[in-house]
This record gives sequence, structure tokens and C-alpha cells, in this order.
Amino acid sequence: MSAVDPVAIFRVEAGELLDQVEQDLLDLGHRLTDAALVDAVFRSLHTLKGSGAMFGFDALAAFTHHCETAFDRVRKGLAPATAELVAVILSAQDHMRALVDGDAPRADGDAILARLEAAIADGADLPVGAPVVAGGGGWRLSFALPVDAMANGTNPLMLLDELRELGPCTIVARTDTIPPLDDLTPTDCHIGWDVTFAGAVTREAIEDVFIFVMDDMEMTLAPLDAAADEVTPDVDLPPVTDVARADPVSVAAKAGESVRVPAERLDTLMDRVGELVIAQSRLSQLAGQDGGLALRSVSEEIERLAGELRDTMMVLRMVPVATLFGRFRRLVHDLARDTGKAIELVTEGETTEVDKTVVERLFDPLVHLIRNSCDHGLETADQRLAAGKPEAGMVRLSAHQAGGEVVITIRDDGRGIDRTRVRAKAEANGLIEPGAVLGDQELLQLIFAPGFSTAAQVTNLSGRGVGMDVVKRTIESLRGTIDVASIDGEGSTITLRIPLTLAIIEGLLVRVGEGRYVVPLASVEECLELSLEEDLRSRARSLITLRDQLVPFLRLRDLFATGTRPDPWQKIVVVSTGAERVGLVVDQIIGNHQTVIKAMSPLHRDVASFSGATIMGDGGVALILDIAQLVATGQSRDQSREERLRAAG
Amino acid sequence: MTHPSSPSSIAWNADGELQALTFVMGTETFAIEAEFVHEILDLLPTTVVPGADPLVGHLINFRGRVIPLADLKPAFAMEAATDTSPSRIIVVELSIGDGNHYVGLRADAVDEVATIHVDTVEPPPQIGMRWPRDHVRGLVRRGDGIVVIPDIAILFERLATRAGRSVH
Repeated sequence: MSAVDPVAIFRVEAGELLDQVEQDLLDLGHRLTDAALVDAVFRSLHTLKGSGAMFGFDALAAFTHHCETAFDRVRKGLAPATAELVAVILSAQDHMRALVDGDAPRADGDAILARLEAAIADGADLPVGAPVVAGGGGWRLSFALPVDAMANGTNPLMLLDELRELGPCTIVARTDTIPPLDDLTPTDCHIGWDVTFAGAVTREAIEDVFIFVMDDMEMTLAPLDAAADEVTPDVDLPPVTDVARADPVSVAAKAGESVRVPAERLDTLMDRVGELVIAQSRLSQLAGQDGGLALRSVSEEIERLAGELRDTMMVLRMVPVATLFGRFRRLVHDLARDTGKAIELVTEGETTEVDKTVVERLFDPLVHLIRNSCDHGLETADQRLAAGKPEAGMVRLSAHQAGGEVVITIRDDGRGIDRTRVRAKAEANGLIEPGAVLGDQELLQLIFAPGFSTAAQVTNLSGRGVGMDVVKRTIESLRGTIDVASIDGEGSTITLRIPLTLAIIEGLLVRVGEGRYVVPLASVEECLELSLEEDLRSRARSLITLRDQLVPFLRLRDLFATGTRPDPWQKIVVVSTGAERVGLVVDQIIGNHQTVIKAMSPLHRDVASFSGATIMGDGGVALILDIAQLVATGQSRDQSREERLRAAG
Repeated sequence: MTHPSSPSSIAWNADGELQALTFVMGTETFAIEAEFVHEILDLLPTTVVPGADPLVGHLINFRGRVIPLADLKPAFAMEAATDTSPSRIIVVELSIGDGNHYVGLRADAVDEVATIHVDTVEPPPQIGMRWPRDHVRGLVRRGDGIVVIPDIAILFERLATRAGRSVH
């Protein structure tokens, strides 16, 4: 195994912490009084500060410290959580990401800190804001380090030197707690210090000196001009709080919950498990032929273990779309701010699992689609109220699995797509002939045509250079489709259907001739027997009557040219894609099969009947039927047959 | 008659040599660059892909990957192998389309890894060959026979292009 760069790990973890902070902040924006959220943000910032310092991200630690302090005050009820504070910390959170990546201009940080101070000061009714910004009159600081501070690597002399560098000050040691010489362990630290700053020093500067030891030390800091006996609790930096103490534990618990592994290692592991399963099936064959009882029982044990291992393996690469959807909350928050519209994002079906690579590649297209909905779809508050709609626009993002596909819809309740304008624009751009006759779907699909969106608005959100044609291309490269629906005045819906490549689907394993095929179970409606007489009767027309409805069917034996004799009792598997149905005639229905989809080779891209292949328990390969394709084939055959019949009649 | 120049698509080393795996299909001996060869397997159970090009009409499970099994015999005017023919599978890694892919090549027998010298290679003759000329990069005279250096990269690249085109 290669050595792992701890700094790289820190970056990843910091990214996750910041994601968490962002989510919590966005929640907090809606529920300003939720103490649990304030605590959560505080803890995350605290952890980030600590581990940042540990890995040498001093600028990050120092910057985060100020945000943490602000939240600490909120936590203690000294300052209220305000929308402004949340907004400032959100931008601070972005700055922290930049600091983690190491490319943050210092000026940005200073500007954010200034806003932070203002936010905290504004929010505070108590005079607690004053000491934070003041300090021109000097400070009285007294602090004592924990007894084991020197054993932990803290050098008090260096702290004192740093304090001296801040400005003129007098330092007096407190020696009253030093034990008698006999009891004194020389490595223990029993001295406390009183420091008086005369000049203009900020509170932050002083606190920064203690940034790495602050959690364990006792410290009071009071402005010199305030009466010394009026040390308000808010200027106290208390010793360790329960929350802070609990922190390492919660971090440890988190580490136990997930391990990060590069995706290619999972692929390798998956291949190995595949090999193991094949080797195991050979073993059980041998054991079954001429093995003794002992060999057979070992073989069965291994069969069970290998099966379980495979099942466990299959789900490892799948991640819930929640990881994707979560990232859009911030997007919508920012869009609402930038456009001045009230926008509510509703997400559904976050637990739907999709292969990790698919999730990653869906991000950019979804950003663009959501942005489009918010920007162009939703009206302004005034327009909405005038149209009798609720003031806040709604963008609904949902996901569910249907057959071998994940269906993601982006729906808004805005003004809908203006078909007249789409047509006019397409004609102006030469995409269609003036006055061309187009179906509704054809017309709507024009928004995905290259060169359609001429008004390339480059804002900080759309600066990625992704146009709607790129959205379409990305979805198609995932072998997916885009549908658009729109009702004037009521909103539009964009539906993405993406095959779950590498995902696991429940399949129905069937046999046609000598080949085995997998039908995605979710598209199976029912299975029936094709009786001999029905079979003969249906020779002339490939239609069966199913509960008073004519359903076309395909004889897969003919379609696949197996060249084998049909089994005497054939079965029909009725499959559907939405409204369209088609029956597939197979020789045998073998049973359910957990199917890991493997992509077809580029050499087989022209074989339209199959969406992929899978490896079965005995090591053999079965092809996965592409139901949408087969239904289309069945329907079109049916039509051409009817046309022939009509022509003949 | 022009002097035969060495085919450019063969990667000769500095000494003008090529390590190649030789194998038998039908009555002919073929040679492919040993560096493409990933593994040699006994024949595995195969799965027919209905509707696929006969050159790549099957799939096999190669260590948990599903890879196409190619039978190059039709490209060299030979009868396609039957399921019962004794065979070995040469797994090669080729750059096809957007990336590297494994493909199994069906061979009647695998011979040896031999060193071919640039001087022994002749370009395919203009006439007198039973096969499409561009399926062959060169012919090597060896002992009493001839070894064919097929252009499998071109063969598969074309198959992939054809497959890709008929979709769109």
C-alpha cells in the first residue's frame, strides 16, 4: 500500500466538515433559535481549528478561531443568531475552503472578520459588543496553564514572548499555587501570569496567542478601562466546556462510521470477488462429483461465504443521491440572494442509490438545470402574487429508481416555458425553418440544441460555461435521456432518466435457446404461459389478449436467431415502460437474480437489444435486456405488420 | 519492383527486433506484439451476443470483467470457429475508441513467444492474397512457412467505429 499523505487526508476531512457546517448553517438560517444547530456548527468549527493547527494550516486555524468564538458567544446566549451572522459565516466557510486549498487572499479574510465583528456587535443588546471591538485602553489578562502543559509540548516562555510582541506590557508571575519543593514535579507548570497591556491591542490578537492551548487553560481578559471587579462573564473565556471535551470522542466515532477508499480499489476488489465466485463454483462442482462428505461441507460453507461477500461488495460503490442533493441547497440559497426571489428547494427520494461516478457526473448538469429553473422559470415575488401563487417559488428535486434507471426530476412552479419565444429564438438562430411544423416535445427539446441559448449570462454561478446543450450531451454520455414538460403559468418539469450503470438491479433470469438473459424486474408486469394453441393461433399475428387488451409480443428465440427448437411450454414475460407494453416469449423463467450491470464493450455498441451484461454465480455471462429498446421494436413491428395487413386487405 | 520498406505500424526496438506471440488459426500462423498480450487462457464458457458482428459474436467472463471474445477467422477468409473447436484465448489489451479495453482472441493453438527481425518482414503483396490487404501489416518468412502479422488494432478500431455509427 502506498503511503498516505496526512495533509491530503486533512483536506478531505476539512472538506467534509465544511460541508457539514454549510448544511447546518443553511438549516440554522431557517431556525435561528435552534440551539442544537448552533452547537453543531460550533463543534465542527472547533474540530476544524484543532486539526488545521495540527497539520500546519495556521492561517486556517486562526481564521476559524474567530468564527468559532462568535458561535461560542451565540451558544452561551451572549449574542443572538441572526440571519446576518449566518450569511457572514457562510462566506467565512467559503474562505476556509480557500484556506484549506491554500489560495486565499488575506484581504478577503480580514473583510469577512470585520463583517463578523459587526454582525456579532449588531446582534448584541448587552454591552458585550464593546469589549470585542474596543481595547484601545488596554487589557488586563490573567492566565494559568494546565499542570501538564509542558509535558504536552507547550512552552510558556514562548507564549510570553508572543504577548510581548503585541505591544508594551507588564508581565507578573503568580506563584501562589506552587507546591512545596518536596511535592514539586519539575515538569509540572504551576505558575500563573498577570499581564497588563497599556496600548492599543485587539482582543483577537491576544486570544490568538493562546489559540492552541486555549481549550485547556484558565484565562480572563478584561479591558483595562472597565472596572477590574466588573469582569462580565462574557469576556471570560471559560475552561474546557463539556462540548469541547466531548469533541474528540465524536470525531473518533465519526472515523469509525466511514472509511474512504479510492474507487478503483473497489473495482479491483469487485473483480477479485468475481473470480472467487467462479473458482468456488468449480470447487462445488468437483465436490459434488466425487468429494467426500467433509469436502462437500467445506465447499458449501465457502459457497455461502462467497455469495455473501459478493452481495456485500455490490453495494459498496453505491451512494445515496442525498450527497448530490445536499450540495444544491447552498446553490438555491445563493440564487435566492442574487435574484432577490424567495425560493424554496424541496428534495425527495434522497435515499435512492446511484453509482458514485454517475452521481459525480450529474452534478454539473443539475446545477445548470436548477439554475435555469430559478433564474428563468420562477417569477419575481410581485409577479407571483399577481398570478395568485404563493410568494416563494418552489423548486422540487426528486429521485427514484424505475427499472434499470434512476429518474431525477426538477420541477418548478414558475411561469413555464414560453413556446412562442422558443420558436422565435430557434427560427432566429436558424435551428428550424420559419413556420416548421414541430411536435410539442420537439419544440421543447429545442432548448437543448447547441447554439440555442445565445444569452450567455455569465454570473458567478453559471461561470462554468455549461450550456443546455452540454447538459444534454452529459446526460446522453451516461446513456440517459431528458424529457421536458411545461404548462404555461404553472411551471415546467425536466425529467432525467439515467441507467444505473454498475448498479445492482433485481433481475428476472430467463432462458432463450441456450442463452440466459436478465430482464430488469422493475419493468416486469407479469409472467404467463403461452399455451400451445395460443401459440399456434398467434403465429399469424404477434399479439395476445391480456385482460381485453391486445399486447404485441416478441419471440426472443426468433429475434436472437437461436436456431434451437422451442420448449413445449413457453412463457411470456410482459414488460412495460410506462404506458407501452410488450410481451417477451422465452423458453424458461429461471428465477430472480441480483444483477451487477457491466457495460457493453465499445465493439458491441450497435447491439441495441442489450443494455449491459452481468456475471452469474456459476461464472457465466448473461446479457441484460434493454426493455425500452425491445418495447420500441415490438411496437414498431406491430405497426408495420398492421400496415402490411391493411395494404394486403 | 520497389524495395520492401518495413511497415511503419510495427514498433521495432532499437535492434530492429520485435517480441511477438505466435499462434495458429486454421492453416495459418499469426504473430501479435507480445506487449499487447495480457494473458493466455483455456477456452472458457462463452455467451453469444445476438446481433453482434460475427468477428466479436461472444462474451466471456475474464476475471470478473465481461469482455468480447473475437474470432478473427472470418477476417482471414476462414470458417468461424464452432463451439466445440479446441481453442485457447489470448487476452489482449488494446486502445479502442475512448480507452483501453481487453479483448479475447480465439486461437486454435498458441505457439511461442518469438523474436522477429525487421529484415525478415515483407509488406503484404499487392495481389495473390486471399484476405483484405489492410488486415495484414506484414508477412514473415520463417523456415518453411509464413507468419502473418495481422493489424488487429485497425480491425477492432473499425469494428468499434461501425458499432458506434449504427447507433446514431
